[in-house]
Amino acid sequence: MSTTPTPFAANATDYKIPDKVMSKINEIASQYPEKNSAMLPALHLIQDEFGWIPPSAVRQLADALDTTPNKVYAVVSFYTMFNQAPVGKYHIQVCRNVSCSLLGSKHIVDHLTSKLGIQPGQTTENKKFTLSLVECLGACGTAPVMMINDTYYENLTSGKVDEILNTLA
Amino acid sequence: MIEEKKVLTRHVGVPGMEKVDAYMNDGGYKGLKNALDKKPQDIIEEVKKSFLRGRGGAGFPTGFKWSFIPKEKTKPHYIICNADEGEPGTFKDRVIMENDPLLLIEGMTIAGYALQCDMGFIYIRGEFRKIAEKLETAIENARNANLLGKNILGKGFNFDILVMRGAGAYICGEETALIESLEGKRGEPRMKPPFPAVEGLYKCPTIVNNVETLACIPIIMQSNGKSFKDMGTFQSAGTKLYGISGHVNNPGVYEYPMGTNLKDLIEQAAGGVKDGKKLKAVIPGGLSAPILKADEIDLDMDFDACIKAGTMLGSGGVIVMDETTSIPEVAKSTIDFFVHESCGQCTPCREGLHKIQETLTKMMAGEGDENSLKTIFKIAKTIKGTTLCPLGDAGAMALEAMVTKFRDEFEALNK
Amino acid sequence: MKMQIELNNRKLEAESGETILSVAKRAGINIPTLCYLEHLKPAGRCRICVVEVDGRKDLVPSCSFPVSDGMKIHTHSPRVLEARKNLIELMLANHPDDCLYCNRNSNCDLRQLADQLGVRERELVHVEPHFEIDNSSPSLVRDPNKCILCGKCVRVCEEIQGVAAIELLGRGFESFVGVENNKNLATSRCINCGQCILACPTGALTEKSQIQDVIDALNDPEKYVVVQHAPAISVTLAEEFGVEAGIDVDGAMVAALRRMGFDKVFDTSFTADLTIMEEGSELVSRIVNGGKLPMLTSCSPGWIKFVEQFYPDFTGNLSTCKSPQQMMGAIIKRIFAQREDIDPAKIFSVSIMPCTAKKFEAGRPEMGENGIQDVDVVLTTRELGRLLRMYGIDIRNIEPEQADSPFGERTTAGKIFGATGGVMEAALRTGYYLVTGELMEHLEITPVRGLDGIKESKIKVGDLELGVAVASSLSKARILLDEVKKGRSDLHFIEVMTCPGGCVAGGGQPIGTNVDKIKARSQALYKLDDSETMRMSHENPSVKKLYEDYLGKPLSEKSHHLLHTHYEKRPI
Repeated sequence: MSTTPTPFAANATDYKIPDKVMSKINEIASQYPEKNSAMLPALHLIQDEFGWIPPSAVRQLADALDTTPNKVYAVVSFYTMFNQAPVGKYHIQVCRNVSCSLLGSKHIVDHLTSKLGIQPGQTTENKKFTLSLVECLGACGTAPVMMINDTYYENLTSGKVDEILNTLA
Repeated sequence: MIEEKKVLTRHVGVPGMEKVDAYMNDGGYKGLKNALDKKPQDIIEEVKKSFLRGRGGAGFPTGFKWSFIPKEKTKPHYIICNADEGEPGTFKDRVIMENDPLLLIEGMTIAGYALQCDMGFIYIRGEFRKIAEKLETAIENARNANLLGKNILGKGFNFDILVMRGAGAYICGEETALIESLEGKRGEPRMKPPFPAVEGLYKCPTIVNNVETLACIPIIMQSNGKSFKDMGTFQSAGTKLYGISGHVNNPGVYEYPMGTNLKDLIEQAAGGVKDGKKLKAVIPGGLSAPILKADEIDLDMDFDACIKAGTMLGSGGVIVMDETTSIPEVAKSTIDFFVHESCGQCTPCREGLHKIQETLTKMMAGEGDENSLKTIFKIAKTIKGTTLCPLGDAGAMALEAMVTKFRDEFEALNK
Repeated sequence: MKMQIELNNRKLEAESGETILSVAKRAGINIPTLCYLEHLKPAGRCRICVVEVDGRKDLVPSCSFPVSDGMKIHTHSPRVLEARKNLIELMLANHPDDCLYCNRNSNCDLRQLADQLGVRERELVHVEPHFEIDNSSPSLVRDPNKCILCGKCVRVCEEIQGVAAIELLGRGFESFVGVENNKNLATSRCINCGQCILACPTGALTEKSQIQDVIDALNDPEKYVVVQHAPAISVTLAEEFGVEAGIDVDGAMVAALRRMGFDKVFDTSFTADLTIMEEGSELVSRIVNGGKLPMLTSCSPGWIKFVEQFYPDFTGNLSTCKSPQQMMGAIIKRIFAQREDIDPAKIFSVSIMPCTAKKFEAGRPEMGENGIQDVDVVLTTRELGRLLRMYGIDIRNIEPEQADSPFGERTTAGKIFGATGGVMEAALRTGYYLVTGELMEHLEITPVRGLDGIKESKIKVGDLELGVAVASSLSKARILLDEVKKGRSDLHFIEVMTCPGGCVAGGGQPIGTNVDKIKARSQALYKLDDSETMRMSHENPSVKKLYEDYLGKPLSEKSHHLLHTHYEKRPI
């Protein structure tokens, strides 16, 4: 439960959306009948760039789409995929929904917490891993499932998790 | 023995189907060619004759939905493919999109023609990034073969498709929330009326159909509505993708005639309950569908039979639970999910689901009392029929069924 | 198209497209609402207005649901009443329990509904307050804990005011109304108008109360406490005492302020007259000397911040005149003090305003001299009501008295400043005289009266056809400014009032302000204008005397120093 109405982690650093990303955003905006439809695609691009959605980027995006920063925040804070604070290099998201829990996603989470030394919602000190629990990832036939960044890992076992982690530099 | 009928899944495991040649060599785009020779209105009639019902969960007759689009075109029209597959227990649409993207694209193009659309959009859940990229490749291939874009197949029809990724909001599977999201806003469902067919995307007439629904359209147009209908069982039309997960030996997506028996699906298609354990319960149509006890699964899996049995066919996502399963644990996952996914607009869903979650959490920590179940029932009753969209209702009904049917397990928490 | 429906078993006629709520209202049936806002698109969030319709499984929200022929509706069936009661219980379970201490304890919609629906027992576990209160603004206080997420404030801020300072953020149970990252109300784009307070059904939004500062000053023997009251206060204050809208209590209010111990009671309508002298002269000068046009009025502080933030290119179009409040503030501490030989530092200058933005305006650094602010504290109409009740003074039972001289003398031109179009009407009356040396044939300029969001007129003044426009609410002001931006050039003078309806509908006015009340309050002002004889600002003898004794003439150097100000672009 949130304890403060401030949605974003404090951040002093200025992040500038690179020109090539900005021109991609403008290109997408021009494909839709209304510019504002580029909101989600643009936020995905921004997150690809920075790993999260920095407040300064929100302001730039608001200008690009002729909207207000507040409206962009309203969107960012609605969708769970948009990170409101920086995450580790590898964002591990384990499904905690029914099909995955039936097949032992709790054990997978326990294994990850002990192996990484962090709880869900936390990031390792070296900023390499962030662990999150998420709702259904739409891969229930191959439960339990997790995502690391954009890749799905399915039919997980503790052993498999170890193998996967070993491949991540 | 029930028999699998691979229509929509006929290309599963066949590589290269995003290429136009490969897809065409196996009968692809025959439906579109037939369609473009007909009048748009005739296609809608054919879809009506197919008795195709929406595969996203609500089961609304597709042809009927299409007929709500204004005949006189005064504004742009849009077709949206709902690929926001997020209903827990559901993983069927990705099978179509991964294995046969052009089937979906062909279906959308036919729909686009029938509904006189200027553009189509595929709204796909954000996590399916790789599938979205595959769809974009297939769209590009279709464009290069003049199957999308200007003057498609020389028939004077212009149509193109954009793919947009969602960003983690189950509610965007609700069609008006999806439209809001496509407009770049928070995925908050709109009030109906007006319905999207009258006032949808950018306030223009819009039809939103599920992936599986749209994938059925080329099949209908390859032959006709009646032959599609005949693929189903006596009562129902076409085939259905059933995704079976949980405690079964062979989880996966299976295509059977609509109306196939649930018990047969679990025992034959999915190889029965895992490790020879006894069955305890089944959620037949994704997490929103009220739970069934082991003795209730002799059930024809179609829209009407499921409603009659007090549950829903929903998305056809079957979650199987064996005798070791704790239903309160499942209930907790369920309510956690709905609380997490409530958009927060309306009071009953936002406050009510949270209150149920709070009560159940207390019970599970051994802090419940004789009023706890009473509270859950009271709030579920309040939510049902007062919410702005179906999400709150779904959560309340799912919870209510679990607590009603497995009451002893919940009462045991208070002892 | 007409249609037949049945409402609670009564046959009724309805128009196609009408909502159930509107039909019921016409039939005298009160369906409760919490998120419904007249004239705005329904939101359907609170669900309190749900009703039962025969043949429908679900209850439907009457605020948005259209009637159809033959529809049978039940607005207060057992199922409906139970649903409403349970919904209120759910809201209460996530609402602080401090009604006894709440600013809105006598006029909270949530509390009243809980009472109406018979919520008498606490069946649900209570969620403890867990949001921080935003106290940052000089005008408003936001307590998200008391928010029931009806979204009215957000809609008013965006749709009526075109500001969009606040948004619904987050999702689900975690959602809240807030401002953008790392910001609070004070640093946000909020223009302090307080329309959100009038919209709020609970105590989640209130004015920043400064009552205690006034009490302390009244009790301080060292302080000379002066008060001014805005034109729109006397026609709304009585509502704080349960009197119907539209009753003028000017004299009683003056008497009441004296009973509380204020040393001098002045009338801001006096400086409204003075504003007209300065602003009218400024307009003439701009037209004659080719200054920036159209000239924009500058008396509404929410509007000023709006221009500084969103239309910085137009700051040069704003009249340089201070608002009447700040003119009076400057006169009190710099002329009155000198004349009465009082140390300005010992004067405590209080201003009673229909406005929360005036609190912000009084604190603007340029509104003072030598480290002394011209106005020390601004109280809203609501706060004055509270203060009077605290002092045991009932405005209904007090002998009227005259305001203090000379800054209590006013014409009705200054008085009608309180209604939208009033500044324009007053300015035209005097401007016409200043240019032509003659009086207008009809002093009532009806095209600029009334509650339309944008009113326009062409007035022949000598050889010139003067183009004037009046905007009430900032979303309407936006429309006019955008037109001018695009090259519209037939307008010379635009009056803008931040609040829709003008100061009689200000964000500091009594809770429960609605269109009917706004009309009644404006009527009260125009009634005064009809019944009195001094109706043009330049006739005000005390204003004339001020020019003779001190200022010289309008736009003189002294005027500029005392009565004029400047504007700057504000980053947003």
